[in-house]
Amino acid sequence: MRHIISVLLENETGALSRVSGLFSQRGFNIESLTVAQTNDPGLSRMTIVSTGNDRVLEQIVKQLNKLIEVVKVSDLTSQDHVERELMLVKVCPTSKDELDIKQLVDIFSCKIVDVTEKTYTIEISGKTKKINAFLNALDSAIIMEVSRTGVTGISRGKKAILK
Amino acid sequence: MKSNGAQILINSLQSEEVEYIFGFPGGAVLHIYDALDTQDEIIHVLVRHEQGAAHAADGYARASGKPGVVLVTSGPGITNAVTGIATAHMDSIPMVVISGQVPSPLIGMDAFQEVDATGITRSCVKHNFLVRDINEIASTVKKAFHIATTGRPGPVVIDIPKDITIEQITPKSYPKEIEMRSYKPTVKASNRQIKKAAELILNSQRPIIYSGGGCVIGNASNELREFTRMSGFPITQTLMGLGAYPGSDELSLGMLGMHGTYESNMAMYGADCVIAIGARFDDRITGNLDKFCPNAKFIHVDIDPSQISKNVVADIPIVGQVKQVLEVLNEELKDKKLQDISKWWSQINSWREVDSLAYRKKSGVIKPQTVIETLYEVTKGEAIVTSDVGQHQMWAAQYYMFDEPRRWINSGGLGTMGFGLPAAMGAKLAMPEKDVACVTGEGSIQMMTQELSTMLQYSTPVKIINLNNGYLGMVRQWQEFFYDKRYAMSYMDALPDFVKLAESYGHMGILVEKEADLKPAMLEAFKQKERTVFVDIKTDPTENVFPMIPAGGAHCDMLLAGRDEMVSKDETDLNAV
Ligand SMILES: Cc1cc2nc3c(=O)[nH]c(=O)nc-3n(C[C@H](O)[C@H](O)[C@H](O)COP(=O)(O)OP(=O)(O)OC[C@H]3O[C@@H](n4cnc5c(N)ncnc54)[C@H](O)[C@@H]3O)c2cc1C
Ligand SMILES: Cc1ncc(C[n+]2csc(CCOP(=O)(O)OP(=O)(O)O)c2C)c(N)n1
Ligand SMILES: [Mg+2]
Repeated sequence: MRHIISVLLENETGALSRVSGLFSQRGFNIESLTVAQTNDPGLSRMTIVSTGNDRVLEQIVKQLNKLIEVVKVSDLTSQDHVERELMLVKVCPTSKDELDIKQLVDIFSCKIVDVTEKTYTIEISGKTKKINAFLNALDSAIIMEVSRTGVTGISRGKKAILK
Repeated sequence: MKSNGAQILINSLQSEEVEYIFGFPGGAVLHIYDALDTQDEIIHVLVRHEQGAAHAADGYARASGKPGVVLVTSGPGITNAVTGIATAHMDSIPMVVISGQVPSPLIGMDAFQEVDATGITRSCVKHNFLVRDINEIASTVKKAFHIATTGRPGPVVIDIPKDITIEQITPKSYPKEIEMRSYKPTVKASNRQIKKAAELILNSQRPIIYSGGGCVIGNASNELREFTRMSGFPITQTLMGLGAYPGSDELSLGMLGMHGTYESNMAMYGADCVIAIGARFDDRITGNLDKFCPNAKFIHVDIDPSQISKNVVADIPIVGQVKQVLEVLNEELKDKKLQDISKWWSQINSWREVDSLAYRKKSGVIKPQTVIETLYEVTKGEAIVTSDVGQHQMWAAQYYMFDEPRRWINSGGLGTMGFGLPAAMGAKLAMPEKDVACVTGEGSIQMMTQELSTMLQYSTPVKIINLNNGYLGMVRQWQEFFYDKRYAMSYMDALPDFVKLAESYGHMGILVEKEADLKPAMLEAFKQKERTVFVDIKTDPTENVFPMIPAGGAHCDMLLAGRDEMVSKDETDLNAV
């Protein structure tokens, strides 16, 4: 099962390596990991996508909680939540592909954020599935490079990670 | 008045009431040593190798219950200490390790004696810190002691760059309290869970108490005794738990697991209710998980939630301090009527009759088991016994009955050869009134003999009981059983003369080659109150540790002494009980 785990942790040097070290040390897998400071500059928030059965997930959550710098761990997958990922993709279409690309950008409601003589850079955000679908729809021959943020997420409604 | 970082550090350690620091100097910690030299509250013990420092601090901590403190320099100082830190980590021992670091501006420059100390130790500490600001020294020390000693204890490393020990500020007073929003070790257990546990206990027909190191670490020996005696349940203890409940008591079945007694393992296999208290279902206990306690429901008390349902799913998990949980549980069970378990006891007693620790003496050789029995007799079971790792460790655990906690000090989780001697030194410093014996093997002792020198300098008289079988015996045993007797590298052909070795360090040495000399030698050794005595005992090189559950076996599959066949008792009809 795929899980999205939110981790709130003290914004201290070494905290990130403690989390990533934990995953490799215990053989937990990481599909993606994103991290940045929150509105409280003392706190970072990390979103980890991992897979594993319930026993594995239970251990992941408990082991994360055991890290001294971790303030809160929450499995978003077990609650109503919103998840998003952002991708930048640079393509170099031949002139006959250009029309296709503009159509695709419309269909997937994403944006062309940079244009040069020979290249377009497209920004798309959404669920991982949508991003994968967009990538599949592009002709792989014209993709120059792809950069994805990995998933970030937040619970819906009145609940917040600290409340 | 201004103080430099080193003085602030030492003052902080004084505020933590540190008695001893085990350490070894070097460039990065010279200011700290300078500050140590101008005070006399803390005694610094100069070891001969930093691994010895960590083990000695560990032994001190295990014997006293107080955190052990270590001071090492950067680079090779801290890397040498890593084995000792990992040893303490695996057995949940409170320890604070201070390591010097190269000056802040040089960090990351491949500077002389630079290693990434926090990176290297990250996976074998409870937590670590790199101090970046002199203003944070005191609060970091406060946090380190708080983290090391609360919740599930463990080692904490504080890495301090040299420039920060030199810098000067006007110090603030040492913090009395520390508040960490991200670290709140659970203290009070859920009453609801304890009530549920009580209910299961009241209904169980074939219960067994399986207690572990948590009862020693958590100082819950009295509560454990009360619980066991009140319930009248059989109790088995892990290697780390020995002594929390008296080993010589009739409710005690001895140790369980790979080298546990027949009755302990059979009772685990047959139980309908396993009450795990401060034990972590280690693979040396469970053997084959699929066949582990096939008929049992599990109550699991542990301070660390991540231990619960890690290897074995708990039916009733209780997160909390063993002491507090048992207090509430004992109250809950008071005056309640338990099931009649006399049939269960008669089944257990029939397993006891197998007498799985019996061994046959051979004329002309000293049996290692006899050595431990003699040690027990001579010390009246009252010594603190440390041990190294190998067969001798198992024999010490099996044949020395520990009736009190903190008397048995050994490396269980990491199994570190070399642990015994420095740990004995630390234990002797913690408990100067007690006799301290270090049970070791000729293989293990050679990993730490240099500490004999430290022991002379600081007058820590310890009795070294060397079970000299001429083999890396535990390795030899596995090769005999599982590698068709191909004894690859388990024999050392050039052993030192241990008597002379001891003498050259200024200690006393006694060689024992005949059983008749054994007891007189031990009596003589323990008579020497002020001296370390190395008793080198030539023991049967072919002896093996029994019972044994081969790796991957079930509790009912045991190799017993003197039998060629494995006894498999899977067919025992437990429902008849
Ligand atoms: C050669 C060799 C052979 C071995 N053979 C055996 C064997 O046959 N049998 C055996 O038992 N072991 C054996 N061991 C040891 C084994 O490897 C483990 O170290 C040991 O079984 C673990 O003991 P434990 O479960 O009591 O846990 P410990 O490592 O002592 O851990 C203590 C547990 O208690 C918890 N705890 C700590 N403090 C508290 C508190 N205050 N309140 C509540 N919970 C707390 C901790 O979170 C932890 O889960 C052997 C080791 C070696 C080197
Ligand atoms: C540092 C270290 N290296 C290797 C081992 C593996 N090992 C476990 S027991 C053992 C043999 C110990 O020999 P000895 O000290 O003579 O004890 P004996 O088993 O003979 O009683 C070895 C090599 C270990 N536990 N620790
Ligand atoms: Mg040996």
